[in-house]
Amino acid sequence: MAYVKKALASVALALTVCSTALLAADEKPAGSDAVTRRLSQEQYRQVVSDLFGPSIKVGGRFEPDIRRDGLLAMGASQVSVTASGLEEYDKIARNVAAQVVSEQHRDTLIPCKPANAKAPDDACAAQFLSETGPMLYRRPLMPEELQSRVKVAADAATGLKDFYSGLGISLATMLESPKFLFRQEIAESDPNHAGQYRMDAYSKASQLSFFLWNAAPDPELLAAAEHGDLNSDKGLAKQVDRMIASPRLQGGVRAFFTDMLGFDEFETLAKDSMIFPKFNTKVAKDAQEQTLRTVTNLLVTQKADYRDIFTTHKTYLSPLLASVYEVPLVAPAGGWATYEFPEGDPRAGIVSQVSFVALHSHPGRSSPTLRGKAVREVLLCQKVPTPPANVNFTLVQDTKNPQYKTARARLHAHATDATCAGCHKIMDPIGLGLEAFDSGGSLRASENGETIDTTGELDGMKFTDAGGLAKAVHDDPAAPACVVSRASSYGLGRLPAKDEAEWVKNLQAGFKEGGYRFPALLRLIATSPEFYRVAPPQMGAIDGQSKLAQTNSNQEIRK
Amino acid sequence: MIPMKPVNRRRILRGIMGGAAVSVGLPFLDCFLDTNGTALAGGQQLPVVFGTWFWGLGLNPGRWEPAKPGKLEAMNTELQPLAAYKDKMNVFSGMKAFLDGKPNGVHFSGVQGMLTGTVPRGMIADKPSVDTLIADVIGTRTRFRSLEVACAGNPQHSQSRRNGAVVNPAEISPAALYSRIFGAEFTDPNAADFKPDPAVLVRRSALSAVADDRQSFEKTLGAADRARLDEYFTSLRGLEQQLDLQAQKPAPLAACTVPGKVDETPVGTEIEIVKANHKLFAGLLAHALACGQTQVINVAFADATSSLRRAGGTQTHHEFSHEEPVDAALGYQPTLAWFFNEIMTSLAFFVGSLDGIKEGDKTLLDRTVIMTATDLGYAKLHGLENMPMLTFGGGNGRIKTGLHIAAQGEPSSRVGLTLQQAMGVPVSSWGTDSMQTSKTVTEIMA
Repeated sequence: MAYVKKALASVALALTVCSTALLAADEKPAGSDAVTRRLSQEQYRQVVSDLFGPSIKVGGRFEPDIRRDGLLAMGASQVSVTASGLEEYDKIARNVAAQVVSEQHRDTLIPCKPANAKAPDDACAAQFLSETGPMLYRRPLMPEELQSRVKVAADAATGLKDFYSGLGISLATMLESPKFLFRQEIAESDPNHAGQYRMDAYSKASQLSFFLWNAAPDPELLAAAEHGDLNSDKGLAKQVDRMIASPRLQGGVRAFFTDMLGFDEFETLAKDSMIFPKFNTKVAKDAQEQTLRTVTNLLVTQKADYRDIFTTHKTYLSPLLASVYEVPLVAPAGGWATYEFPEGDPRAGIVSQVSFVALHSHPGRSSPTLRGKAVREVLLCQKVPTPPANVNFTLVQDTKNPQYKTARARLHAHATDATCAGCHKIMDPIGLGLEAFDSGGSLRASENGETIDTTGELDGMKFTDAGGLAKAVHDDPAAPACVVSRASSYGLGRLPAKDEAEWVKNLQAGFKEGGYRFPALLRLIATSPEFYRVAPPQMGAIDGQSKLAQTNSNQEIRK
Repeated sequence: MIPMKPVNRRRILRGIMGGAAVSVGLPFLDCFLDTNGTALAGGQQLPVVFGTWFWGLGLNPGRWEPAKPGKLEAMNTELQPLAAYKDKMNVFSGMKAFLDGKPNGVHFSGVQGMLTGTVPRGMIADKPSVDTLIADVIGTRTRFRSLEVACAGNPQHSQSRRNGAVVNPAEISPAALYSRIFGAEFTDPNAADFKPDPAVLVRRSALSAVADDRQSFEKTLGAADRARLDEYFTSLRGLEQQLDLQAQKPAPLAACTVPGKVDETPVGTEIEIVKANHKLFAGLLAHALACGQTQVINVAFADATSSLRRAGGTQTHHEFSHEEPVDAALGYQPTLAWFFNEIMTSLAFFVGSLDGIKEGDKTLLDRTVIMTATDLGYAKLHGLENMPMLTFGGGNGRIKTGLHIAAQGEPSSRVGLTLQQAMGVPVSSWGTDSMQTSKTVTEIMA
């Protein structure tokens, strides 16, 4: 009886119950719960820049992102906005809005002029907000949403006796609304798979766009969503191909590797300036840029084998980096130039670059353990256990001990302790291959007067230097499997669910068959139905059409 | 006729300084206080303040515990820098974190037990920290529910959390904290004239449109995401309240003075830089409290895995803790002791900043309770026994001071529970598993 009443009260809810009820009792609908992600700082900046142009500056301190299961993109599904975080979002939003409506920008960014600049003008406000709103909320505005913001603009214009200030205040409230700051996945039942749910078309557009471009959907993608194109394989593939062919893919690939390689840690990386006078924040910035240029050139421009990022001798250097690497460079003033390390040089691939060896070191000295751990965790997706609690490290790195001059000797002494040996033997032999690079990333031949030995091994593959380590990582099947796993989790904003394991396996096989081409992997992920599948919504589900469409039709009924 | 502008404190300041902001001692205005100088003229007591002060790696066992329980007499070596405050502080020894078979999340389990009453199974916290529980009670009528600072350059060193994923990020730049508190949006409680800024009223009204976004946004969210959105909307209410307060004339606070403007300073983990930023933060927070801007503050001197280091040194404080041998003659790790002395000296400076603000015949510290927190009892071995804990200030007479409480291996959560009750949080039992306790430290309850 209660069920009937409920069903009568809401047709939409009843339909949800019916379609879920179509499943056998032991058949769980596929897909994971929808995730809601907070925009990252980069995404926020990208949206503002796409919408208002690069001359609008986004200043302020963003709430820190958190890393979960190896990616900030997964932490984004768990964070909220703290009181001080919102205070900052509020400041940033008002500052952006003030620039948009400023005398300098209003003529280009606001499509109309108010009848009286000292009074409200609903028509002009509505025109601006209805064009801007969908780009911020990543879907069309519902009429009441538009009305609410037009009213804010009018009230504020009245209070401040200025149309533009009022419009700016209204724009700011959109920029700090959860509808902008959080990406929400809205589920609808999948007409092609009874009992299954998928994202609605606008959620799909966002999923795709943030995955490939690290940006909000552009007008063409929003139009494809509106016309239902993204619900057909052909329509989806067309958009995916367009986006992969676009130069904007570079931005998306950079964002992915910035996250996967943990470059956010550079923000707080400290190096002792007395020991490493060459290392400073500018070097740290250039070091990241070097790696991102190397990776995007190889993967996106050259469409090379993913594994080559570990062995390539070709890279990009700035004059500053050239001095850290101690190589001659002819570059335009303040600019970048390509550089190729000679065959046999220990600088091979991204693991030997400053961005890797400096990031995974102590402030005052190198660390084979930290570097070995990073190769395993960051590049091979293997978890290294945390150190046991009760450890005597006294011998480890007493750098002044005349008996143990090099890191290798000190670690050997430490790792003879049985409780430590188990973990150290899975990290140190990798990191010792990188000992020719100090904590600042520069090449060195000796430590405390003793010649450095760079022999090591990775899971049975023995090598004599960083070049050999690079080859070992290149040949390790865990490396391409890792990037597939990271890329899919990055796009989903969560770990794949149990029933998606098969999908990830297929992606890995497809990646291998295709010769490990990264854009092809992105295409494989972005065109899979699994990428858009979600579990039945927990509440407020609407069958067969999106909530937005439903709300619109309700409004029509009311009219 | 143009009315003459009334002379007020702000105008005096502007006039004296010609715009350059520096700290000026203003005449004490007794009329703002009652005859004892410790309450507002309206009769209400000046409000209580709560704070936490965190450092990593504990202290050297045997070198900080007072000799006897009961009244604090002579300080042991590593607490010597705090000797001047022995009558205004308590020392708790013998407090520990119980793991209950969970792995020791090194540099993590101990501080979680102390600040959240719960030792998580993994390395992700999932319970709110004691300061946020207290802020929900005492911090709801101030401009900032709480203020967090981290002195070693990383906003994520903050130990203040509403749950695992909602960590209150810390300010790392004293200059940024200055402009956040004392910038254009600061209303001097002692200003003679008060005219609400129409822009504030307009913004306050506009924010209700954001609040109205809640309903349609929440419709399709699952339970976990709803909780996250609740956090967002709690923060939004905080922002609305800030504007509400800016639109009202604040009650005068005699001890409130606007500090000198703080310029950008270098940030990092090198200890001299950390100490310098800590000093600036301490001054700013003391002024913010005296000016009624917040009642809850959280200071992270460094991270739990203390990355403090000396200029030119190859090892950090943390690395020394494991790698430095115990000196056979001294019986402790000397370099570690050097770092601890630096840290305790900074803590003394912080306490002194609060105690230096006179409010009638008392000080700001007297209406404050600062609880210290750390991650370990014996850093060399990641030990969770006998973790040093200190409190400072009497919280308007709610806490007795000048005592050494010598516990015998009891959950550190007892201190957190006691302070919550003292601050008015309606909680009788707090914590999880063996950290769960309903036993307050009655010796310090006034």
